[in-house]
Order: sequence, then structure tokens, then C-alpha cells
Amino acid sequence: MANKISLNLISGRTIQQGVAIEGGKEKPLYRTAAGIIEMDHEDFKKLGAWKSTNVRVTSEFGSIIVKAVETSQGPHPGLGFIPMGPWANAIINPNTYSTGMPTFKGVPVTVEVAMNEPILLGIELVQKLCGVKTE
Amino acid sequence: MTKTITDVICPFCGTLCDDLEVVVSDDGKKLLEVYNSCVIGTEKFLHSQAKDRVTRPRMHQEDGSWKEISYDDAVEYTAQMLAKAKKPMMFGWSSTNCEAQSVGNEIAEISKACCDNTAATCHGTSLIAVQDIGLPSCTLGEVKNRADRIIFWGCNPAHAHPRHMSRYSIFPRGFFTGKGQMSRKLIVVDPRVTDTAKMADVHLQLEQGKDYELLDALRVAFKGEWLPDVVAGIPSEKIREAADMMKSGRFGIIFFGMGVTQSLGKNHNIDEAIAVTKDLNEYTKFSIMPMRGHYNVTGSGEVFAWQFGFPYSVDLTRGFARYNPGDTSVVDLLTRGELDAMFTIGSDPGAHFPISAVKHIASIPSVCVDPHLTPTSGVSKLHVPVAFNGVECGGNCYRMDNVPIDCRKVVEPPEGMLTDEQFLIKVRDRLKQLKGVA
Repeated sequence: MANKISLNLISGRTIQQGVAIEGGKEKPLYRTAAGIIEMDHEDFKKLGAWKSTNVRVTSEFGSIIVKAVETSQGPHPGLGFIPMGPWANAIINPNTYSTGMPTFKGVPVTVEVAMNEPILLGIELVQKLCGVKTE
Repeated sequence: MTKTITDVICPFCGTLCDDLEVVVSDDGKKLLEVYNSCVIGTEKFLHSQAKDRVTRPRMHQEDGSWKEISYDDAVEYTAQMLAKAKKPMMFGWSSTNCEAQSVGNEIAEISKACCDNTAATCHGTSLIAVQDIGLPSCTLGEVKNRADRIIFWGCNPAHAHPRHMSRYSIFPRGFFTGKGQMSRKLIVVDPRVTDTAKMADVHLQLEQGKDYELLDALRVAFKGEWLPDVVAGIPSEKIREAADMMKSGRFGIIFFGMGVTQSLGKNHNIDEAIAVTKDLNEYTKFSIMPMRGHYNVTGSGEVFAWQFGFPYSVDLTRGFARYNPGDTSVVDLLTRGELDAMFTIGSDPGAHFPISAVKHIASIPSVCVDPHLTPTSGVSKLHVPVAFNGVECGGNCYRMDNVPIDCRKVVEPPEGMLTDEQFLIKVRDRLKQLKGVA
């Protein structure tokens, strides 16, 4: 039985994300590298989901479909990590609190299984969220 | 026959590695192999050779398609956009050379633009803290030769600056650090057990966003005063162990990253990290350095500071430079909907800004100057591909420790492609005509 769990979301660099942005953000590799949420083993259990399941991650600021993968840099129960990129930035806290810097780290989110929903490519995702017409 | 070019500079991260070897074809038109660089740097060099690369400017059409246009038409659109706008933004600058940044600043003055660089979403809060309290820093050469206490706070160089540890901070044998890694103690502060943390002598796995508390606790521990049993999720004994390790070194350095600049507290976290460094100098020699991301974000701050007096978030709309992050910073200006034109160069706000800010870029006249296809080019009205700086043209760049290094050209760009600087000079000259500036 799948559940909805609450996590604290942070974003940041991974080497796979770095390779993907230099290799071409229009390519599926970028989605593979950054269209994911890294979660702790314990949180997978609470969610009641298999690894590499598509999930919907929702914050006060938006909602996004990404693939849930088990973290290789844990344990960090209660913490979710989406590599920096448009998937993370669709849901992070844009408030800068008069510093100029959005709050990319420390955003309360919920995660729920969304097995049949597609994960969009990077450029496609931003165009869709911005309402840009494409061919 | 092929040629091997040595001592090539890597234009990816702020480490600005200067020992790459690149193999090119005899005519200098094809890049074949890259040696010594990290996997990200290698990808950057090799991607310049991609067969599907866009080599001419493209204008986004009403029906969603893209129409190829000439560089002259792209110059005309850009100059007209900047001439007509009341409050344009010229953003990016961190993946291009200082020469191009300087021409860009001339354009910004003529068009009375707001200017910002990627520090706005990276180490901008560090710059605010430096203005608050100062920065006792050093060069990476000093770190290599002297540092025996290395602290990585809220940064993960194993992923973000892959050769930093092998060239400067952990593994190299320096003049006073002849045993390399054996000469050094490594402390990592991070809420995750990162690949950097796995190498640490002490890993402080703090609760996310509690950096200020932990920094403050370290200052208390240095003085041997009372501490609560647990601070930021770390037992006080472990904090005292880390504090003693820091104090007992001969030369220490704190490298800090986005974990502190982007978490709540922001510039105040850095204030406190710098105060920790100041306190440690009561006992030994200590320095602190931001782990700068883009290879020339430091240079952009330098050029802004020489020419306008401020390192980022500069507003020239009144004809003189004003600086007030939170007011004149790019994310705030976009989310408040104050800008009426967006010029982006050498960065990708479409991928790295909150989506609420990107939506405003998509709704106004916009130009994206970038060799790659990116989310920014995808939502801009005009995309101008240019030569890869550091691969297909040279130019001055600044390493994360403010050391200037000249990037090298190793291969010819595709025929007819302009560099950032050449495109900006054309825009500047046309803008001068439009504005009637001599």
C-alpha cells in the first residue's frame, strides 16, 4: 500500500548531473541524472515503493514528477535530494528573504507514488511550465 | 598526424585546472582526445565536437518553430531590444572570459541595464558576508604547500570540483605537507554522507539548515566553555573533538559551498564561518575560501567590482551603479516582474532559477547567448550560439582563489561562428548608433 511521506528537500551538484549538462541538456541523459530524487532506504520503506519508481514531489511552490532512487550518499533519513536543475527548481522555495538568494535547500515536501506519470525532459519541462509554444 | 597541446586550462569549475593535455588533428579543426581532466571537463571539451551542434542564431517563431537567422540579424535584434527596454537585465557572465564581460559592462552602461552574475544563486550571500566582516583567505598554492587541516563545510568537491582534492587540498605532497594525505586531517560538515564525507577523519552530519548553530558551538568549544549535550544534531564531545583538531593544526582552511550559502541564514551563516576562522587565528593560522562553481564567476565579480564598484547585483538604471541584493538582484527582479528585457550569456537561469523567475524570462523579449541548447535558450526569443570559451577561444579567467589564469584556444570553432566577445562588440557598436553615443 503506497503512502505519502514528508521529507526535507535539498538540491545540489552531482558528478552525473555535471557530465549531463556538458553533454547536452536536451538529451535524455540529463533527465536520468537530474530528474530524480535520492531517498534513504528507510524512507522507501515508509513510502511503500520499489526503487526506481516514478513519484510526485510536491511543495508549497509546485509539484513535479521524478524518479525515486536510493541514495548512494547516505544514510540521511528524512532528507530528499534532487540534483540541481529544472526538476528541483520547479518546487524549491523562491523566496530570497532580501539576500538575492532563493532558498534552494530546506524545503518541506511530500512524496507519493505516481507510477504511470511521465518524467519530462529538461528543456521540455521548462517550456511546458512557462507556457512556451513548441513544435 | 595529430598534435598534443599541453598545459591547457579546463573551463568547467572554479578549480580551473591548468594541466590538461588535448590532442587535436593536424589542421587544428578537430579535437580528438582529452587527458588529465575530470569526467565533466572531458565532456565539455568533447561536446564542442558534437555533430548536432547549433552553429547559427535562431529566432523563436509564433508557431513554436525556430528560424535560422544571420549573426547580423541577431545583433540587430539584441541591440534594438536593449535600446528600447526601460529596465533590461544583463545576466550570466560566469562561463565567458573577462574581456567579454568588460564589453558587456559597456553595453550595460549605455542601455542603463541591471547586471548580475551567477553568484546571485551561488556565492552571492558569501559576498555580502565578506562586505560585512572581511575574508582572511589565501591561494590554493598555499593550501597545497602548507595546509594540514582541511574543512569542507556544505560542499562536496568529490562531485562538484572533482580534481580539487587531488590538486590542492587532500592528496598532493606540498613543501610542508610532504606526506600528502597523511599530513592532513579532513573534517567534513554535511547533512548527507557525501563521497567527500566518506574520506573524512571527522564527519559532522548536522541537521540540515543548522549551520549557524554548529559554527557558533565551535566558537564556544574553542574557548572550552559550556555546551549543550547536542547542537544541530551533533553530540558536544564530537564538536569538541573537531574543535581540538582544528586548533592543533599548523595551517588550516575552511572551504565552504552551497550548503551554507543557500540554506536559511544565508549570509549570516558565512558571517559566522568567517568569525570561526578569525577565532582560530588566536591559536594557529587559518584561512577560508568559497568553493566557486563556474570557472569564471570569480572573474565576473572582479570585472564588475573594477568597473562598477560592486561584485554582483548592480543596477545602472539611474545612470550610476547601485547595489542592494534583494532589490537589485536578478531573481527578485524577475519574480517581481520588473524587467522588460532579458539578455543571458554564459549561464543557464532557465535550469537554475526557481521556475517563478523563469516564467518571467519567457514572457519578455529575451536573448540567450550560449553554445549549448539549454532551458534558457528554449524559453528565449533569440538563441545565439557562440564558440566555446576556453576551447575555441582564449581569454582571461579567475580561479576560485582570485588568481587570474589565461584560458587557451585549442581548436577552431565551426566556420563562421563568433566568440562571445566578437558578438558583444557588434552589439555594443550597433547600440551606440541607436543611442547616438559617440
